Amino acid sequence: MKLELRGITKRFGSLVANDHIDLVVQPGQIMALLGENGAGKTTLMNVLYGLLQPDEGEILVDDQPVHIRSPKNAISVGIGMVHQHFMLVPVFTVAENVTLGAEPIRRLTLPGVNIGRLHLPPLSVPSFGLLDRRRARASVRELSQRFGLRVDPDAYVEDLPVGVQQRVEIIKALLRDASVLVLDEPTAVLTPGETEDLFQIMRQLRDSGRSIIFISHKLREVQAIADSITILRRGKVVAERPPTTSDAELAALMVGRAVQLRVSKEAARPGEVMLDVRDLSVPDEHGGLAVDSISFDVRAGEILGVAGVQGNGQTELCEALMGLRPATGSVLLAEADIAAASTHERLRAGIGYIPEDRQEDGLVGAFPVADNLVLDVYDQPPYARRIAMRPDEVRKAAVQLVAEYDVRTPSVMTTAGTLSGGNQQKVVVARELSRPNKLLLASQPTRGLDVGSIEFVHSEIVKARDQGLAVVIVSSELDEIYALSDRIAVMYEGKIVGMCAPDIPEQELGLLMAGARSDGEPDGAPVSTGEGTHMPDTDELLEIPDPRAGEAPTRTEEPMP
Amino acid sequence: MTELPATGPELTPPSAGSAAAGTTETAGPDTPPGPARSRARLTGAVIIEAITQGSSAVVTILAIFLAMIVGGVLIAFSDPVVTRAWGAFFTVPGYTLAQTWHAVSFAYSQMFEGAVLNPSTVSAAVHGGSIAAIFYPLSYTCAQATPDILTGLSVAIAFRAGLFNIGAAGQWVGGAIVATWLGFGVSLPPVIHVIVCVAGAFVGGAVIGWGVGFLKARTGAHEVIVTIMFNYVMYDLLSYLLSHPAMLQQPGQTNEIAPFVQNDANLPHVGGPPPQVGVGFLIAVAAAIAVMWLLSRTTTGFQFRTVGASASAARTAGIKVERAWILVMLLAGGLAGLSAAGVVLGTNTQLTYNSYGTYGSDGITVALLGRARPMGVVLAGLLFGALTVGGTYVEAATLGQVPADIVQVLEGLIVLFVAAPALIRAVFRLRSTSGTGMEAVAKGWNG
Repeated sequence: MKLELRGITKRFGSLVANDHIDLVVQPGQIMALLGENGAGKTTLMNVLYGLLQPDEGEILVDDQPVHIRSPKNAISVGIGMVHQHFMLVPVFTVAENVTLGAEPIRRLTLPGVNIGRLHLPPLSVPSFGLLDRRRARASVRELSQRFGLRVDPDAYVEDLPVGVQQRVEIIKALLRDASVLVLDEPTAVLTPGETEDLFQIMRQLRDSGRSIIFISHKLREVQAIADSITILRRGKVVAERPPTTSDAELAALMVGRAVQLRVSKEAARPGEVMLDVRDLSVPDEHGGLAVDSISFDVRAGEILGVAGVQGNGQTELCEALMGLRPATGSVLLAEADIAAASTHERLRAGIGYIPEDRQEDGLVGAFPVADNLVLDVYDQPPYARRIAMRPDEVRKAAVQLVAEYDVRTPSVMTTAGTLSGGNQQKVVVARELSRPNKLLLASQPTRGLDVGSIEFVHSEIVKARDQGLAVVIVSSELDEIYALSDRIAVMYEGKIVGMCAPDIPEQELGLLMAGARSDGEPDGAPVSTGEGTHMPDTDELLEIPDPRAGEAPTRTEEPMP
Repeated sequence: MTELPATGPELTPPSAGSAAAGTTETAGPDTPPGPARSRARLTGAVIIEAITQGSSAVVTILAIFLAMIVGGVLIAFSDPVVTRAWGAFFTVPGYTLAQTWHAVSFAYSQMFEGAVLNPSTVSAAVHGGSIAAIFYPLSYTCAQATPDILTGLSVAIAFRAGLFNIGAAGQWVGGAIVATWLGFGVSLPPVIHVIVCVAGAFVGGAVIGWGVGFLKARTGAHEVIVTIMFNYVMYDLLSYLLSHPAMLQQPGQTNEIAPFVQNDANLPHVGGPPPQVGVGFLIAVAAAIAVMWLLSRTTTGFQFRTVGASASAARTAGIKVERAWILVMLLAGGLAGLSAAGVVLGTNTQLTYNSYGTYGSDGITVALLGRARPMGVVLAGLLFGALTVGGTYVEAATLGQVPADIVQVLEGLIVLFVAAPALIRAVFRLRSTSGTGMEAVAKGWNG
């Protein structure tokens, strides 16, 4: 099926979200739609899926204009969509979820009867509400096999890792004969291993003649999978490029200016030890250990990158360091023991914390930006005098911080929840870096952010390091680890399985993240990163799990409730 | 979801003009929150949001208006003259409509006269009558509103910290027991006695509230269940105390009734014989102002609001969430206790086994209608007080043809409409400001 969008325009008030967009998707093609947050990608796809009606323009399927007024229409012309947020019922099985809304119903056949001269033929009636589970399961199994989706139709969705849930969504679309599949930021929730699996599936779908619109703002993924790349900026198609286009060019097209993909930084000048963690263990919910007696230290003026596939204890490590989770072991911040301190005391002692989930933990979406900027210093002067808050001071400080950190917000009284992800993160960064801190602990600091915001956050983190903070970055993005780290700690199953220099080859780091450790590699060797070089910690390379090279664990952070 | 503009205020054209719109990136969560998030949102936070933000003041006013229309229909058809007139609608339509209009407008005007202002007293005052009489209806309304305002504040303050206080009734009983005991069982100098009684009522309610908060903080027990169970415990405790002369029962009584509180423990009135404003009402207004100040101007209030808006963000910011729960429930209980003081020391001066009436559930209604804002609660309490007073008045004025119960129907309808802002928006063709577009998405597959 060939899909064509002609001159699609969508306005919201004075904001033109889509400005005369022309797009052609050929059958058997993976077309990437690349753009920053707010560029109009999702609006366009919502127009395509019938959730929004365009103000101008038309949609053609196989050169015939179609009117898509609702998702139902879209499905009937063969457009399927996998949303960023899955639309699944967690307590239902895969088969039940997949057939939801198009449930195969068992038919009941009444035998023909003859009453005198009256002859009633056999009658097949839909039996009221009787689900044909067998058929549902069979079709899931069939699709699953055909495209290598590996989904068990009888598994409950809540027990499945995110990557598999996504495949359930794909099956859902395929079962409704989608020949154009729209994947909205599908990799945002996936681990690197799961992303690779998804790409494999996408290739198979393409080879079966279906076309895919792949929405993303990750350059690397787009280059890896797309057949053609369409770049959107401020609601317009600004360019179409082949996947061989360079990072820098794509980023520049996306943002509209040259972007530094890798933040420039001087060599680290580590000072005295700021954070000293010894034998830290954090129990998990199932009676095991999420973090298994790990030890490391971080010096003032250096960035320790904690790499690892998500779900290997990084979240628990951060929360334990912040006193948000019970833990054993010792934590020294500038030689003061804070292991027993409350979160409040730790923040006061000089830890800046950028939590992994900014919307849930970092911000209060319903509060104005100003209140969010003082969320953990609201009771400190000048914002409060004894128990009385001083809103004027809060607002004054907010105006200053918003300007200083270039938070794009209509006003400081705008609710934080309405800002874009990048600006929300800027609010968190501004708050955590505006205090005089000793340590900055940042977990997935640029997750879900666009290139421009990543650049900003990274440069702020490096700036903090250069001002003498000890910095711990937890990230599952290798790019980020490489861009920022002065030393890299690799976490696997709650342990630090490697302390490496920042020039460790990507392949090797990937192996460590997957739980393997190739012996004989110089991960304990001195690293020349300029002055003040020191030996990375190696005393934690205890139990090394089986080398299962390349096989990333698919354990996810939280199983779906 | 990233650019889906139907999320939040983006739907309305940015008032600041295109320049502002251009610089502000379009809203929308773009972290990968996973499906867990969207489900978590469907619980308490959604309800809180719907009540505190979803229904704007406009919706509230329109809800009242709509409830009065529906109430008008009921009034009209409970009048035999009107129903007979409708039987002859096609012969004399003008008469029918006139009768209907007369019945409804008479009922509502009587309600207004009974609860707010009677024009005849004004003209009487102009011609040398009693000026004071003008304020009779309002003084009754205020007295009627007092306990509901206080229990409403109790529910509202807990609500702002994210807790559903269904237990204002139990806390009310706690306050009432202490106030009554101090009122008749202890002898103190005049002014001090009443102050001690009021303070005792606050403490009595606060203890029960504290218990709820403590159980939630320590064991994670859900406050809705705990408060409901506490209500039963308190009702039965009250019944027990009132049936034993050694405890609170009035000597020589077989009924479950306590002695009158001593005169010097009665809440005084301001303004002499009617019209008068009870000190209880002044306490209620003062409490509302105090709650408003606490919530908006203090660090404690900031903690409460943060915990209410996002407990996980509050915890991450170093706020002790459990402590906030305990403290806010303590204050909520205290406010419910003050409500009891208003009744036991003010209007009734005597505690019986059913004194708690419906103050607890009225508090929930009033807090809901007042959108959990202190001043909103005062206004909602006054509205309900006026409806109750007006209902009684209209029943008398129409010789029972319009029953006072009509008021309860009105109250119910108001709350129903307030709780269903989408309905109001549909009826009055208001533009939706809170549709997320996700409903349509969810419908997509299911046709």
